Amino acid sequence: MTDQEVNTKMKTEEYFVNMGPQHPAAHGVLRLLLTIDGEIIKNVEPDLGYIHRSIEKMCERDSYQQIVHLTDRMDYLSSHINNEAVCLTVEKGLEIEVSDRVKVIRTIIGELTRLASHQLWWGVMGMDLGALTTYFYAFRDRELINDIFEETCGARLTMNYFVPGGLMYDIHPNFVQRTKEFITHFRTKLPEYDRLLTGNVIFEKRMKGVGLLTKEDAISFGATGPVARGSGFASDIRKKDPYSAFDRVDFKEALFTEGDSYARYKVRIMEMWESMSIIEQLIDNIPEGNIKEPTKAVIKLPKGEFYQRVETARGELGVYINSTGTKNPYRVKFRSPGFSNLSVLNHISKGVKIADLVATMASFDFVIPDIDR
Amino acid sequence: MMNIPLNIVRTVHDWIFSIMPEGLATFTEWILIAALYLALFAVVGLYLVLLERKVAAWFQLRLGPNRVGPWGIFQTIADALKLVSKEIYDPVRVDKFLFKFAPYLVIVASLIAMSVFPFSKQFQAFDINIGVFFLFAVSSIGVIGVLLGGWASNNKFALIGAMRSGLQTISYELSVGLSILTMVLLTGTLQLSEIIEVQRTGGWLILQGHIPAIIAFMIFMIAGTAETNRAPFDLVEAESELGAGFHTEYSGMQFAYFFLAEFINMFIIASIAVVLFFGGWLSPFGITEGITWFPESLWFLVKVLLIIFLMMWFRWTFPRLRVDQLLTLEWKYLLPINLVNLVIMAIVIWLNWTI
Amino acid sequence: MSYFSDIYNGIKTLLTGMSVTGGYFIRAPKGSITQQYPNNRETLKMLDRFRGEVVMPHNDNNEHYCTGCQSCEIACPNGSIEIVWDRQVDPETGKKKKMIDKHIYHLGMCTMCGLCIEACPTDAIVWAQNYENSVYDRKYLTKVLNQPGSKVKAGIEE
Repeated sequence: MTDQEVNTKMKTEEYFVNMGPQHPAAHGVLRLLLTIDGEIIKNVEPDLGYIHRSIEKMCERDSYQQIVHLTDRMDYLSSHINNEAVCLTVEKGLEIEVSDRVKVIRTIIGELTRLASHQLWWGVMGMDLGALTTYFYAFRDRELINDIFEETCGARLTMNYFVPGGLMYDIHPNFVQRTKEFITHFRTKLPEYDRLLTGNVIFEKRMKGVGLLTKEDAISFGATGPVARGSGFASDIRKKDPYSAFDRVDFKEALFTEGDSYARYKVRIMEMWESMSIIEQLIDNIPEGNIKEPTKAVIKLPKGEFYQRVETARGELGVYINSTGTKNPYRVKFRSPGFSNLSVLNHISKGVKIADLVATMASFDFVIPDIDR
Repeated sequence: MMNIPLNIVRTVHDWIFSIMPEGLATFTEWILIAALYLALFAVVGLYLVLLERKVAAWFQLRLGPNRVGPWGIFQTIADALKLVSKEIYDPVRVDKFLFKFAPYLVIVASLIAMSVFPFSKQFQAFDINIGVFFLFAVSSIGVIGVLLGGWASNNKFALIGAMRSGLQTISYELSVGLSILTMVLLTGTLQLSEIIEVQRTGGWLILQGHIPAIIAFMIFMIAGTAETNRAPFDLVEAESELGAGFHTEYSGMQFAYFFLAEFINMFIIASIAVVLFFGGWLSPFGITEGITWFPESLWFLVKVLLIIFLMMWFRWTFPRLRVDQLLTLEWKYLLPINLVNLVIMAIVIWLNWTI
Repeated sequence: MSYFSDIYNGIKTLLTGMSVTGGYFIRAPKGSITQQYPNNRETLKMLDRFRGEVVMPHNDNNEHYCTGCQSCEIACPNGSIEIVWDRQVDPETGKKKKMIDKHIYHLGMCTMCGLCIEACPTDAIVWAQNYENSVYDRKYLTKVLNQPGSKVKAGIEE
């Protein structure tokens, strides 16, 4: 829409605004330096580091079992999947094979975590755009998943349940039945989400055509997860490089080609449906087996480098461990999905309005502790 | 029993006229009525705030305020106490006179508009023969208050917010005016009590002019919600990426004036809708016809509360519109439909197809 | 003509959205999920495995099961457990063995990761389910887990 520069004799100047660290519309402590001209944005520069806690440095003084609880706090909405990434890397280094029971339980809990994360994303997305009731509906459903986790793992947000070698203790006897009840309940609620927000004409007008990201740009900036899948780049690690029990379940990969915010929204809604179908395929026959493979009390990885990647709710998380044979790792690096997704923001925000920037950031689903570590 | 307040009013009226000369007595009476309206204004404003909080909570699966008094009825008194006790300061280099003057303009506009409403057959403060036109003219003064507040704050974000709000209000006033005009075609008079008389004998106006009246009601509700800067058109105050809009620099009682004025504006828009479309203080099917003021003002209040509930329902369901989508809605959709609707209503009346 | 179908579709979706919230309004306040917290403390029970606070249970003879092996202190990632121990002569066997003087637990630093409870060989420390841990003074957050005058139960190390 050419609605700027109508009168070319009038000179406007750009001014500089700080969308500061404390903010009602940002998803954490993110500082964006905006250069705007009237209502049109000319440049966005993110300024990170407000929640940097040096997790990677702390990993260098901890033993391998103690690293796991630090990754809970990186992307706290998909904490189980982060734990799974570190456990898989350590198990790759020790070359032990966990039992089927552990694999299936890890997959089920990972998919429940993905559901919880997407529920919170949906609630916050409505809230950012002005429909304030969506937040409460999403949290009502998310609390049910938190109750399931509280019964099995003992905590609701930072659940340190996976250990290298398996699980910390067995699942609670009520786990299977509670999960089934939750799936039955949520299958009736997800169409309600669609009726409230997805088809709404105001919502569609604010999201369609906003924040266009082409497939080439997504590949060249390294965007992964729903951001890339909304632009047509098939990057689901669960299909390309399957881990845990993903090679024996059957699910579709959510892929849309338009590249705007509405496509990313639809990707996440479809991922919620697919997660429910994965859980339903696995929940009824959890095989028997060992809960934890025996490892030494002091784990020492052999010398070398080990890398493992998983698909969190935000994209691809990669864990790199460089070990020199001692009981602490020499260097741990996390390739966080949010960091690469954030680098796209400047490129796609040139020439849009401020309200569109808010909608785009909501569709990217940033969790800032994941970016800052 | 119903006549006791009427008797009291008559007694007071006679007493004032007996102890003072004529002009002074009329003046005293005016001051008493104005004080009564101020009290009504304050009470309505405060309790609408509480109603909004409770209704919002019930949409969101929670209970509203229920600690301060049973069902939270003293909550707004607590809020008002908090607002009164805040420090009022002047930022540097503001235009002092305009900065202090702007809230009062908004309040004065709302108060004047409230004075012409017929709450019952006997209770109407100011019944002039150009009632609807007067109402519409006075509610435009509120725009000046908003613009002055943004300009005098010496803050570039407040100015942007005030400009956006002014733009939104003057665009949607066109739609409000045209839909009111459509209904005035049916009644043939601008005087508010006459309009209710027409509805008493012929049925509510929304039933009399069937299709064009329903379209006019829908346009009026959308445009009326936009007039009061409520969601889904509240980019002025809730687009807090850049600041809180035109009332950033106000605090304490001055902020309370803007805040209350928004709720009173909502009451005014709902009252206009009730008077013009739903029959004012008349009861449906004439159930309590003839019993004087008490059921009539109760019917008026109930109808107004229903329309206010509809506006709150809009707020808590829909996301916000962007500013260019707002203007597209008005100039490309609402205004042409309004003009066509006016012509249709004229044709319906001419061909005598009203019910 | 798409002008009119746009308007019709728009109004239809808006009314669908309103029907969802309207449905919830009609079922309120019975359907509300608020818990009136300070009033329902008696009926609020935490689940069994809830990680509230680390405690050391004592049996009826005021004995605890901690042998002072320091496995929990080694397993804790950030030093929230400190054990003050000493080698003393055990009256029954006559040999010197480790006995603990104090088992100090810093609740303020604990991250509730659960590694200490898994590392303990005698199940001396377990999770308690209390969730109201706030205090007014920070020194109350440093707790000594073994009660005064208690000693370790005999024959516990096997």
